Amino acid sequence: MIRPLLAAVLVASAALSLPARAQGADPHLGRNLAAACANCHGSNGVSRQGMPNLAGQQRTYLVQQMKDFRSGARPATVMHQISKGYTDEQIEALAAFFAAQKAK
Amino acid sequence: MSQFTRREFIKAATAGVAASAASSIISGCAAAPEASKPVGRVIVIGGGYGGATAAKYLRMWGEGTIEVLMVERNTEFVSCPVSNLVLGGSKTIGDMTRGYAGLRSYGVQVIRDEVTGINVEKKRIGLKRVEDLPYDRLIVSPGVDFMHDQIEGYGTEAQKTLLHAWKAGPETVALRRQLEAMRDGGVYVLSIPKAPYRCPPGPYERACQVAWYFKQAKPRSKVLVLDANEDIVSKGPLFRAAWRELYGGIVDYRNNSEVKAVDARAMTVRTDFDTVKGDVLNVLPPMRAGDVARTTGLITANNRWCGVDWLTMESLAQKGIHVLGDSTLSAPAMPKSGHMANQHGKIAAAAIIEIMNGRQPNPQPVITNTCYSFVSEKEVIHVASVHRYDIPQKMLLPVPGSGGVSSGRSETEGGYGWAWAQNIWADMLG
Repeated sequence: MIRPLLAAVLVASAALSLPARAQGADPHLGRNLAAACANCHGSNGVSRQGMPNLAGQQRTYLVQQMKDFRSGARPATVMHQISKGYTDEQIEALAAFFAAQKAK
Repeated sequence: MSQFTRREFIKAATAGVAASAASSIISGCAAAPEASKPVGRVIVIGGGYGGATAAKYLRMWGEGTIEVLMVERNTEFVSCPVSNLVLGGSKTIGDMTRGYAGLRSYGVQVIRDEVTGINVEKKRIGLKRVEDLPYDRLIVSPGVDFMHDQIEGYGTEAQKTLLHAWKAGPETVALRRQLEAMRDGGVYVLSIPKAPYRCPPGPYERACQVAWYFKQAKPRSKVLVLDANEDIVSKGPLFRAAWRELYGGIVDYRNNSEVKAVDARAMTVRTDFDTVKGDVLNVLPPMRAGDVARTTGLITANNRWCGVDWLTMESLAQKGIHVLGDSTLSAPAMPKSGHMANQHGKIAAAAIIEIMNGRQPNPQPVITNTCYSFVSEKEVIHVASVHRYDIPQKMLLPVPGSGGVSSGRSETEGGYGWAWAQNIWADMLG
C-alpha cells in the first residue's frame, strides 16, 4: 500500500470517529478489492495464462487503463463493463496494490 | 479463543494418517512456517470453488494466525465450469481435473473424508474415517444437491440411466458415452428446472456443445431443450443467435416446459402439454443447498437455500458457521456460479481473519462475476457483473451502470474463457 493512500485512510478514520465501521476504514482495502480481479488475472495479479499480468505494473499506468476502459477510450471485450463498477478511489487502491506486488 | 490444543491436533492428525493406508491425508504443516501465534482453527467443508478459495486465502492472508483444515470427499478437484466441453468432445475430463497439492503448500491440511454430522453446540464435526474434529469457526461450501423427488419416476433405478451430469466427474463422462453410443438421427433431450439452479447459462451452453458434436458426428440428430422457465435464463439473444447461425435445424428450444415425470424404460419425459421420447435423456432436477447444509440447520429460505450476512458470509441461522457458493440464498442478480463462490470464499476469509483477531471485518466488499460460455469448441460469450455491499440495505447489489454481455460470440473470448479457467483454478488451488 502506498503512503498517500494509507495517510488518506488514516485521516478518514480520524475524521469519522463513529461509527467504527465507517466507509473507507478497511485497512486492507486494496488487497480486498484486488482479490476480485484474481479470478481472471491470477492471485495478487500474477497471471498464469492468457490474461494481462497486473502484478508489478506501474500504478499510474493501471489507473489510466481502468479509466480508459470506463470511458471507452480503450476498447475491450469485458473490462469496459467491469471497470464501470469501480469508483476513482477504488481504482487508485487497486492500482497501488498491484503496483506493489512482485511480478513473477 | 482457541479451544484446540497441540495435543488434540496431534491425536487427530495421527488418527487421520492411521486411517489412510495409501498416503498421508493430513499434510502441509511443515511446508508453511507459522509467522505468529495461532488464534484458532477454521474447518472448511467442501473443496470446490468456494471452499478451496476460502482455505487458501485464510492461509495466505492470515499470516499463520489461522489453522485451516479442509475436508473434501474426492481426491481431486473436477471443475463444473468448462465441463460441457467434455460433452462436445473437444476436451477431456482430465483437462479440468486438478490436485490439492498446491493448497497443502499454503499450509492447508487437506483431509479426504466425508462429514457425518456437525455438533454446533460443541463446535465439532464428525467424520467417516477419523475421529471428530473441533473448530472455532466453520465454513460450509457443499454446492448443490438434487431434488429428484420433484419429478415422478426419477428414483434411484431411473437415475442409473437418466443422468443430470450437473456435478462434473464420472457422470459427465458417462453422459458423453451415451451421446457417443446414440444413433445418428436420435434425439437428445435436455430439461432445465425453474431458476434458481447452479450455473444459469450452463444448460444453454450444454445445448450448444451437444449440437456442436452432432454437427460433426451425427448431423441428422436433434437437441431438444425443455426449459421450465419462461425464457432463456442467461445471455438469451446470444444463445439464440448461436443456435440459429451455427446449429440451424439441430436445436429445438421450448420454453414453459417443466418436466413433471420421466419414464426410464420407455425413455420418455412428460410436461404439462406433452410426452416426448428421446434417445438420451439428460434431466436436471430442481436443486437445493447441499445435504450437509440441510442437516446442520443452515437452510433458511424455501426449504432450499441458506441465508447469509453478506459482510461475512456467516449463516443467518447458526453463529460461527459461514456458508459459501451455490448453497446460499443468492443476492439480487447474483448467479450461482463457480466464479461467485470464489468471491464468497474471499469475503469469508477476510472477515474471519479480522473477527478472530478481534477486529471489524471489511465494511464494504466489492466482488465481480464473469461467466464465459462456449457456444462452439472455440467461440465464447460472456456475462459480467460487479456487486457492491449496500450498507443501508445490508445486501450485495449490482453497481448501477456496470456489467453486461458480449457484443457477439468470438474466438478472442474463447481464449479468455479457457485462460479464465486456468487462472481461477490456480487462484483457488495454489
